[in-house]
Amino acid sequence: MRYSGWQVLKQGLTGNRGWKPAWRDPAPKAEYDVVIIGGGGHGLATAYYLAKEHGLTNIAVLEKGYLGGGNVGRNTTIVRANYGLPGNSEFYSHSLKLWEGLEQDLNYNVMHSQRGILNLFHSDGQRDAYARRGNAMVNQGDDAILMDREACRRMVPYLDYDQTRFPVFGGLYHPRGGTARHDAVAWGYARGADSRGVDLIQKCEVTGIDVENGKVIGVQTSRGAIRAKKVAMCAAGRSGQVAAMAGMRLPIESTVLQAFVTEGLKPVIDTVVTYGMGHFYISQSDKGGLVFGGDIDFYASYAARGNLHAAEHVLEAGMTLMPMIGKAKMLRSWGGIMDMSSDGSPIIDKTHIDGLYVNAGWCYGGFKATPASGHCYAHLIATDRPHEAATRHRLDRFNTGFVMDEEAKGSQHNLH
Amino acid sequence: MRIKCPLCGDRDQREFTYMGHETYLDRPADEGWSPAWDTYLHLRDNPAGVTRDLWYHGAGCTSWLLVERDTTTHDILRVDLARDAKRGRG
Ligand SMILES: Cc1cc2nc3c(=O)[nH]c(=O)nc-3n(C[C@H](O)[C@H](O)[C@H](O)COP(=O)(O)OP(=O)(O)OC[C@H]3O[C@@H](n4cnc5c(N)ncnc54)[C@H](O)[C@@H]3O)c2cc1C
Ligand SMILES: [Zn+2]
Repeated sequence: MRYSGWQVLKQGLTGNRGWKPAWRDPAPKAEYDVVIIGGGGHGLATAYYLAKEHGLTNIAVLEKGYLGGGNVGRNTTIVRANYGLPGNSEFYSHSLKLWEGLEQDLNYNVMHSQRGILNLFHSDGQRDAYARRGNAMVNQGDDAILMDREACRRMVPYLDYDQTRFPVFGGLYHPRGGTARHDAVAWGYARGADSRGVDLIQKCEVTGIDVENGKVIGVQTSRGAIRAKKVAMCAAGRSGQVAAMAGMRLPIESTVLQAFVTEGLKPVIDTVVTYGMGHFYISQSDKGGLVFGGDIDFYASYAARGNLHAAEHVLEAGMTLMPMIGKAKMLRSWGGIMDMSSDGSPIIDKTHIDGLYVNAGWCYGGFKATPASGHCYAHLIATDRPHEAATRHRLDRFNTGFVMDEEAKGSQHNLH
Repeated sequence: MRIKCPLCGDRDQREFTYMGHETYLDRPADEGWSPAWDTYLHLRDNPAGVTRDLWYHGAGCTSWLLVERDTTTHDILRVDLARDAKRGRG
């Protein structure tokens, strides 16, 4: 069924009895052309673009839990294209362009809201770094405006501008940045893939990857063996375990990242604001909750809940920047497992095993990448050549030295 | 999370800084770049379960510690001085 205002009216007048489930719940077939491991945003987007752009429809997405139960449904929903390095720059630019046409393409309201992002800076040195980043964004064809303190004050008057420790010097504004409804992105891609014939198989955990003579031949799952001509790993925080099933070790360590939301409030923050001295980012959801987060918990973890020290750090940073949020009651906090790569950038590549592909290393930033990740991964799987927007996302770059260390932190996974 | 430092006793995790997996103790002997360095710096087993990693007790005795813990529960199972562990490895 095509969704439209007309349908809402028609269904509303006929007791809302005509709505159908947005996707099927099929049993796994014995064999597929492509099996995708992981039904998060990236796995679903990959299936969608394989079907839509490459005409491959004999595809299964295998998800051990439920669709959208992973990081795609746990993030703070920030979408942006403000990277500086070649490789990341064209990739996230490609992603933002896909976001801008996504709702029409999917016929699904993902509530993509280009409310802008303001990255604050707090010293002369940081201003220089942000000016440089802004120039890189403009050179890439995206938008960036360097704002002084007074311009920031007009845009977001409620910050503590004169804090003695880290006064606000200005900000880099990215008008096309913003947020999107994270679950809706998973659901929209799921519906789009399913309607093109892709089997979305939930509660189906992959437990083994079958390889014969250097070629992948299928997977073992909690719902039986499934043969496949190609297998695409797309398990985000669980990438290490999935790759281990094929005898691989990845340049990835998994950690937990927390997020927080307050009770619903009247509109107060109409853009995304990030604090340059405390790693704190905040926006307001359409329901009214203030959604915010900060750093990862910094140590390897698969416990999808965080520790107090990280929560404390985030809340302190938030209170320093905008004391007004101290009046709001915090409702919930949660965690998600981050696949931290050793240069902070992702991997979309073939592996040494014929027919086995890897998509991983998204760190804290893979939500905004969802469309481009799926689009480029589908291109790679279908054609065995990298998409032009993802030629540097190679698995061997760590060994060859072509790393993409956006923040020059070095090769320690938890520092990115 | 609390970590029991062999020298300082049971202390709040905030006193410690995490570095990474214990394989950081096995620094390759090769002078120039080699696959061993790639393995050392980048590749990880990344286990969901028991792991051993290096923590620095910066706000305490400033020792490097080798901590055995469970990545799925946050349980700390055992803590040794990294120095002793390194000696044990020869
Ligand atoms: C708190 C938090 C805040 C974040 N904020 C942002 C943000 O503001 N902006 C941004 O761009 N990014 C953000 N991110 C990062 C972003 O959410 C992730 O990088 C991205 O969602 C990862 O891709 P995915 O959607 O495919 O992952 P997931 O949704 O985690 O999908 C992976 C799926 O694989 C499944 N799986 C794993 N192992 C197996 C197996 N063996 N068999 C079958 N299935 C398996 C999992 O169950 C899971 O559903 C945030 C993340 C968190 C946790
Ligand atoms: Zn100590």
